[in-house]
Amino acid sequence: MIAWTQHLLIAPILLPLVTAASMLLIDAARQRVIAMLNVASTVTLLLIAVALLRLAWQSESAVSGVYLLGNWPAPFGIVLVADRLSTLMVALAGLLGVASLSFALARWHRAGVYFHPIFQIQLMGVNGAFLTGDLFNLFVFFELMLAASYGLLLHGSGAARVKAGLHYITIGLTASMLFLIGVSLLYSVTGTLNMADMAERIASLEGDDRVLLEVGAAVLGVAFLVKAGMWPLNLWLPGAYAAAAAPSAALFAILTKVGVYVVLRLSLLLFGDGAGASAGFGADWLLIGGLLTIAFGAIGALGSQDVRRLAGHCVLISSGTLLAAIGIGDARVTGAALFYLVSSTLAISAFFLLIELAERGRVPGADVLAVTMEAFGPREAPPSLDDEGAGIAIPAALAAVGIAFVLCALLLAGLPPVSGFIGKFALLSALVNPSDPSAAVSVGRWAMLALVILSGLAVVVAMARAGIRTFWAPPERTPPRVRVIEFTPVAVLLALCAALAARPAPVFDYLQTAADALHAPDDYREQVLAALPAERRALGSGESAR
Amino acid sequence: MELLIATAIGGLVGSGVWLLLRQRTFQVIIGLSLISYGVNLFIFSMGGLRVAAAPLLADGAPGDLAAYADPLPQALVLTAIVIGFAMTALLLVVLLAARGLSGTDHVDGRERRPRDDDEEEPPA
Repeated sequence: MIAWTQHLLIAPILLPLVTAASMLLIDAARQRVIAMLNVASTVTLLLIAVALLRLAWQSESAVSGVYLLGNWPAPFGIVLVADRLSTLMVALAGLLGVASLSFALARWHRAGVYFHPIFQIQLMGVNGAFLTGDLFNLFVFFELMLAASYGLLLHGSGAARVKAGLHYITIGLTASMLFLIGVSLLYSVTGTLNMADMAERIASLEGDDRVLLEVGAAVLGVAFLVKAGMWPLNLWLPGAYAAAAAPSAALFAILTKVGVYVVLRLSLLLFGDGAGASAGFGADWLLIGGLLTIAFGAIGALGSQDVRRLAGHCVLISSGTLLAAIGIGDARVTGAALFYLVSSTLAISAFFLLIELAERGRVPGADVLAVTMEAFGPREAPPSLDDEGAGIAIPAALAAVGIAFVLCALLLAGLPPVSGFIGKFALLSALVNPSDPSAAVSVGRWAMLALVILSGLAVVVAMARAGIRTFWAPPERTPPRVRVIEFTPVAVLLALCAALAARPAPVFDYLQTAADALHAPDDYREQVLAALPAERRALGSGESAR
Repeated sequence: MELLIATAIGGLVGSGVWLLLRQRTFQVIIGLSLISYGVNLFIFSMGGLRVAAAPLLADGAPGDLAAYADPLPQALVLTAIVIGFAMTALLLVVLLAARGLSGTDHVDGRERRPRDDDEEEPPA
């Protein structure tokens, strides 16, 4: 008998799958029912994710759960693995899911028929990519995630989205091909696809096999770095994120983090200290690439005319900072980077939602929305969607949106008093205080320190300019009308950032433990490979009882 | 056989990359298809090339690994083909939508300026 908590591990994948499938069986005209299903499933997902996070928090060991799919033991069957990092990411995905769904329910979800099923598949792909312990399964979940993101990017249609979508899909498909080449090279050398098993076999590789392994890992890495947005593989990103509808873009904030997560997990698991001659493979490239990405993002942010593109470049700065931190390969830096990851993901997601609210009334996108609604919308007469009818005006909506904008700017730039500052400060402090006190602070660390600070300055300048243009605009502009259901997710995401700033200590402890576990992956390997199938475990205990 | 497979993969991927870098959406999609064929062959070959070897154990056959083909790459290829096919179909739809919305089949949704020398005919 497996404890129910163990089955909880597969719920973040099964639940959205079943929900999406059943949504397709319901008549598309009954949007209300489908929307309710989506809300129920997404909220449940968040609760499940929080439960998993709690289990990981309380767990003494590095891995809080291993789920054997099909009840086959680890290198033969496919496994799902929950540890501190993966459960944290699943919880983050669930949070962004609830926020962007709540925002979409105000009007965006009516801009296309299949918004709700695609939304669920998106969550399924993201959760699967975080939880899987198997490289090929990672490919499958990656593809699911990408396929759904193509759908969400095109949601609402229009020439700009289709053009951005065409580029995004082509890039995504090309990256998938690289992914396949990398995975099959790694398989040919190690003879396994299980990450833990592969990590164990890498140390014993010799000569040509090691070269092939490194080639495979590099090709695989490129596929993830395209997703994570490392320069020069990121030129598609600002355009695609700027073209996406606000709720889609808010959810996409987690997609680049999937790339970062996989790079973090695989580089430390496969090329940690136990990898023999390959230890630390690619770390310098990550550091340099990350630094260039920060610089590119900062310059791009300064040069952005459009606030959406500015947000896209903030995504790049965040990715670049994380990749460079991974490249440094110090447990303390990784711990601080994880805190930065949580804070920046929440902030970027809130920012994408906020942009739409702030720009409402002057964006011509509303017309496109109305057109597609006529073409694809439900058969029942759609309610009036112009700004006048969009809902009750919150008193002083402009003030609320403005304050939220200021908070976003502080978070993204890393200024006090919100959590962005704490994340960046911890990162900088870890950079100049290496874990090994005898080691000198390297050039790479100093360069990263400088770039992180400079990128913060660039973001302040860019955000101040964007804020002045948006909020101190000539008075003939009608103030935005904002529905409560649209503003609440922004407020909640920002409140979470504020809470992170108010009580950072427990979160820091958790993330530092997670980072330490990542840097000492032996526990992960042993626990994944030692997980026994349910039946056999029962038999084993029966025999011992006899 | 190694040479033949390697040449085939190289030819497919090489032509695919060339087509991928072209400016017409149709060339891009054919390029992606060619690359995916090449990659599928590549995955296949990663299990080791064997002629007339079954991936399943059979009665009476020697219990020696050399007599069998590796079943795992075959399973991977199957998955990759299905996913690649679905994604190509999706891209095809987006391509048609882009053609309809922008009136051109250029990947950027607009033609290059005429002073750039372009050997291809602009679309009608």
